Amino acid sequence: MATGVIVVMVIIALLAPLIAPSDPIAQPDIIGLKNLAPSLGHPFGTDSYSRDILSRCIYGARISLTVAALATAIAVTFGTLYGAIAGFVGGAVDTVLMRFVDAALAIPRVLLLIAILALWNGLPLWLLIVVLGATGWFGLSRMVRAQVLSLRELDFVAAARAVGATGPRILLRHILPNVLPTVIVAATLGIGHVIILEAGLSYLGLGVQPPSASWGSIIQDGADQIGTAWWISLFPGLLIVTTAIACNSLGDALRAAFDPRESAVMMAELDA
Amino acid sequence: MTEPLLAVSDLRTYFHDGGAVARAVDGVSFDIARGETVAVVGESGSGKSVTALSILRLIRTPGRIEPASSMMFEGRELLALSESEMREIRGNRIAMIFQEPMSALNPVLTVGEQIAEVVRVHTDASRHEAWERAIEMLALAGMSAPRERASEYPHQLSGGMRQRVMIAMALVLRPALLIADEPTTALDVTIQAQILELLQRLQQQFGMAVLLITHDLGVVAEVADRVVVMYGGEVVETGTAATVLRAPHHPYTEGLMSAMPRLDQRTERLVTIPGVVPPSTAWPSGCRFRDRCSYAWERCEVEHPPLYAVGENHESRCHIAVEPLRRAEPHIPLAARVGADQ
Repeated sequence: MATGVIVVMVIIALLAPLIAPSDPIAQPDIIGLKNLAPSLGHPFGTDSYSRDILSRCIYGARISLTVAALATAIAVTFGTLYGAIAGFVGGAVDTVLMRFVDAALAIPRVLLLIAILALWNGLPLWLLIVVLGATGWFGLSRMVRAQVLSLRELDFVAAARAVGATGPRILLRHILPNVLPTVIVAATLGIGHVIILEAGLSYLGLGVQPPSASWGSIIQDGADQIGTAWWISLFPGLLIVTTAIACNSLGDALRAAFDPRESAVMMAELDA
Repeated sequence: MTEPLLAVSDLRTYFHDGGAVARAVDGVSFDIARGETVAVVGESGSGKSVTALSILRLIRTPGRIEPASSMMFEGRELLALSESEMREIRGNRIAMIFQEPMSALNPVLTVGEQIAEVVRVHTDASRHEAWERAIEMLALAGMSAPRERASEYPHQLSGGMRQRVMIAMALVLRPALLIADEPTTALDVTIQAQILELLQRLQQQFGMAVLLITHDLGVVAEVADRVVVMYGGEVVETGTAATVLRAPHHPYTEGLMSAMPRLDQRTERLVTIPGVVPPSTAWPSGCRFRDRCSYAWERCEVEHPPLYAVGENHESRCHIAVEPLRRAEPHIPLAARVGADQ
């Protein structure tokens, strides 16, 4: 079910130009066609510039999902390597790396994002992705470090040393594959989280810049008319909720499938 | 005499923890000739596994091999080699197999990959060549349907098959020396015999030497040429397997022998050696075995016994060698008198 929702969303995003009934930024008649309630011609209605909400939502899926996927990819790659190095090397390196993570985790992520993003005026999309990625790896790195710490004491690591494998080889070939289940689960949960974060930031005007639209920025378009033209905000909102829930339940299912014992610990770590 | 394959002399491996120093291996010397099987025997805490890891220089901080130690292997001083030269030797010239084959195999790599990995680390064989060598080695290690087995993961195999994989992994590059740390302890008795037989067959086929670490004297009797008995981080008795097992000199070896259950002598209770190995941070003065010994006298408290020659190629670290009459007067060891509070 969850997988189905995610697959449908991805297909919609990929085929946006084929599916969307009209151009998402075309303003055919600002006066006559503005703020139309949902109808057969405009299933999701139109906004105050007479743009078709359904088309905007379909194109918005591209941006929302791209941002979420790339930001999560950055966070997961960096967090995994960072945590793995800290755990594998140990000693002073570990202490320094992990004290930095502790410090970073002390600052709420949203606050950190607002502080960073407010520095730019007219933020390019790639930068938004990088910033979302760069603030999303702390919890994961801690989790990976904890796993690597216990994995490196196991006999098969000693066995790998005993056949002459180098440190980096042991880490990449023998230890990291064992951490993979954790990383996959974290990535799935992370995507749902970033979709919501990006929506929140776009809602605050700090995320995706007009005229391109993400689901979050469409909600923002309709925010001041929520009493009269509720459809502008409602439909992208439903899409965000649906996708985020799908990601989370997929993540939970994967976690249960990989190792039911770990779930309690992982929950606590990911929330951090 | 020809030069031994490995000559360990005065090996000291100490673990430094704050102010305390644990002298786990404390001045151990022995030789292994090419093609020979030497068994290192001793109970837990005697230093035998640390000795094995020291030879491969796999001791990790806070452990350290002390500077005066020496390990000559194929004419080279292992302790003088750089870390990358040492890596060249591990798995290639000296290989090791571990006690517990389940945890010593990586659960997320197929067994074929793990054997091929060794080949790839040490040679410039292609992925395909390495894979073929892995399969060939699995077949030599007595694995039926090696091509199918190579693509399986460790959890799909039985304990005996896993140990065959470990052996294949260790021997795929035909090392000159195999260190086997309790290779059969974790296995069923029926499988133990098969694995020992396999090791002996491959040893002859490849002409390699084996350093067998075990506490099972039955295994020693079956495969070893020579025996090194360790106690308290030291060698307490060495000699040919036949001599040491038939006529043990050191009271500790004697104790190990009588602690072995025998089929031909029905006894009410199994014989044990009273007490435990003392902590390696505080070896007793004099003889390290004295509190558990039925012959110990005053001399054993004050004078640390050297290795006395007690026969041809037979040495023992016991003062009885120079005061043989003491053997006629056994008494209850101190450790048994103070009771079970140790």
